[in-house]
Amino acid sequence: MFGRIYHLLAKEFIQLRRDKWARLILFLPPIVQMLIFGYAATFEVYHVQTVVLDQDHSQESRELAARFTANGRFELGKPVSDERQIRDAIDRGKATIAIQIHPQFAELLRKGQSAPVQVVLDGTNSNTALIALDYIGQISAVFAQDYQRDYINRVAPRYEQLLPSVGMQERPWYNPDLNSQWFFVPGVVGTLVLVTVMNLTAFAIVVERELGTLEQIMVTPIRPVEFILGKTVPFFLIGLVEVAMVAGFGTLWFEIPFRGNPLVLLLGTSLFLISTLAIGLLISTLCSTQQQAFASGFLFLNPAITLSGFAFPIASMPTVMQWLTYVDPLRYYLVVLRGTFLKGTGMQVLWPQMLAMGLLGAVLLSASVLRFRKSLD
Amino acid sequence: MARKELIQIRRDPRSLFIALIMPVMQMAMLGYGVSLDAKHIPLYVYDQEGSQESQALLKRFQASEYFDLVKTVDNYRELTAAVDSDRSKLAVVIPFDFSERLRDANQTNVQVIVDGTDDNTANLATDYARAVIGQFSVDFRTEWLRRQGLPVGGGGTVSIEPRTWFNEDLESRNFIIPGIVALVMALVGALLTSLTISREWERGTMEQLISTPITSQEVMFGKLIPYFAIGLVDAAMCVAIGVWWFDVPFRGTLTSLFATTSLFLIVILGIGFMISVAIKSQLGASQIALLVTLLPTMMLSGFAFPIDQMPPVIRAITYVVYSRYYVTILKAIFLKGVGVRALLAPVMAMAIYAVVIGWMATHAFKKTLD
Repeated sequence: MFGRIYHLLAKEFIQLRRDKWARLILFLPPIVQMLIFGYAATFEVYHVQTVVLDQDHSQESRELAARFTANGRFELGKPVSDERQIRDAIDRGKATIAIQIHPQFAELLRKGQSAPVQVVLDGTNSNTALIALDYIGQISAVFAQDYQRDYINRVAPRYEQLLPSVGMQERPWYNPDLNSQWFFVPGVVGTLVLVTVMNLTAFAIVVERELGTLEQIMVTPIRPVEFILGKTVPFFLIGLVEVAMVAGFGTLWFEIPFRGNPLVLLLGTSLFLISTLAIGLLISTLCSTQQQAFASGFLFLNPAITLSGFAFPIASMPTVMQWLTYVDPLRYYLVVLRGTFLKGTGMQVLWPQMLAMGLLGAVLLSASVLRFRKSLD
Repeated sequence: MARKELIQIRRDPRSLFIALIMPVMQMAMLGYGVSLDAKHIPLYVYDQEGSQESQALLKRFQASEYFDLVKTVDNYRELTAAVDSDRSKLAVVIPFDFSERLRDANQTNVQVIVDGTDDNTANLATDYARAVIGQFSVDFRTEWLRRQGLPVGGGGTVSIEPRTWFNEDLESRNFIIPGIVALVMALVGALLTSLTISREWERGTMEQLISTPITSQEVMFGKLIPYFAIGLVDAAMCVAIGVWWFDVPFRGTLTSLFATTSLFLIVILGIGFMISVAIKSQLGASQIALLVTLLPTMMLSGFAFPIDQMPPVIRAITYVVYSRYYVTILKAIFLKGVGVRALLAPVMAMAIYAVVIGWMATHAFKKTLD
């Protein structure tokens, strides 16, 4: 039995070596995707194009406008002189934000009243708009506090030092600079290995079916289980190599820390690959052409990646969607990846993920082996 | 020729089914699954002091809709374990001398520990915490001024009055859904075409086709027209689902949507066709098609990740990414409803792309026939 499996393995590797496209797929897309994700995937908010309409022209209004440029979040364009220009700038996408300071701004402030500042936002990109609005709120709150301090200083100088205030010390753990790359790069390792290994497995079997060589193999004394092992073991090994390659590239190129135990990652990857191979196998039993295999694979990959927490937090999804995430093996693998890369967590934290992947893998694998044997009859 | 392709598509109903189910699924997944908002952030609290002031501050956190207090702990170890294992995204630590320092030194700090793994959520959570603490600070100071007999409103306050245009409730759904049309087009167009033509090569039926008196242009148009039709149907489905199911506003005109969608389909189908001419293996063609159509449409078009936040080199690359113009147009048609005049530049860019890619596609195929 082992001899036969060995020969099947050898056949599979020879085929892979001959197929220059398969070889290319293993190396080119992962690197390209890693680079694109590393550089392009960010929800950060800097340099938001902003125009200011200052109708007050007071010292106070100028001071407030100046504060918007101070932290690099906003980039002030040419000042505008009426509301029509605001409309125009936002319509044309020249500005995302327009700040309008009304004529009585300083007067109201000096009277100790609430001075309104109107902010017009292009809400098309809701995330950017929301974060920018938060920054504007913070900047004006600090401005008001400082203005109050100045005022106390003028009317009752001895109290100025006594004004109480509560500050905040931020401690972002695991990713101290809140760098998007640190979030996305470990995630890309997971999605890449899922896409590559699942597609390769599904295609490898469907090709044999399409070309009729599957029947030829089945008339030989090779048993279905041996055939399945011969088909999946190479992709299992390839998956491990791919994870090592992509993870190595990501950590070195983007300087992402790897704080955990490589053995924990190895265990997590192995458990994840079992589910991945099983899904590839399952797809191959459902399809008779490569086009079908590709499309079916996509029908699986699309929800699997969207619901995994790869880019969008699971906690913000509707409850029903959150339930669906529990049957998504990628969900657990991403926790293992981010845990071992960024958090340095070990088995005592990650065991529920390992258990879930092991269970999913066992169920998927037995289902696919059963279906595969039936599809041969 | 187009009839033959249609018959082939019909005979393989699963592919057709998939081509038509794809927009529905994309919409459902991304419409429901995509939200960058952070609400109900699981909060842990470690109050080292337990004074009246510290409790007052913590009450504010409990009252905030952004935080869900999970647990109050009395040691660092438990807090660390909670953040390690994702049970808590943000933890507030109030130091043992909180109210004392507030009284004597006038300045006191609260420590906020945030799980930085997901930087966007971490940023939002920190902002919300800062707002809670900031408001507490302002109110505490006002109270103090009142007690000292000083004028309370002494400095006045600044109130922000936001007016949001185009996406009035700042719904992430309205931001994501228009772009999905581009994503579905990219998929259906490039993937299915590149696979069908590679299939003819792989099975050897392409030689048979070539030996008939059919011209190469006829082969190309015959192959592409059915997919062009499927693409338009998919676009219509996307718009219907987006508008009627997800209540995304549609403020432009259907004519401008279908005119620009047609241009985009020409580009996408042309690229798919060229890939399948160049790469005769289905696996290879499908993977390369993914790399040149789906990946840039997802990552570099501004569909979800804002282009102006990318480093300059990547930003320069996005000008070559044809989907960038289409996504810009889609978002404008759905949310802004601005006329063609404001969209002249991206429409021109798409038209140029359509002409160039169309010409290249017809040219590419002729060569390989020799």
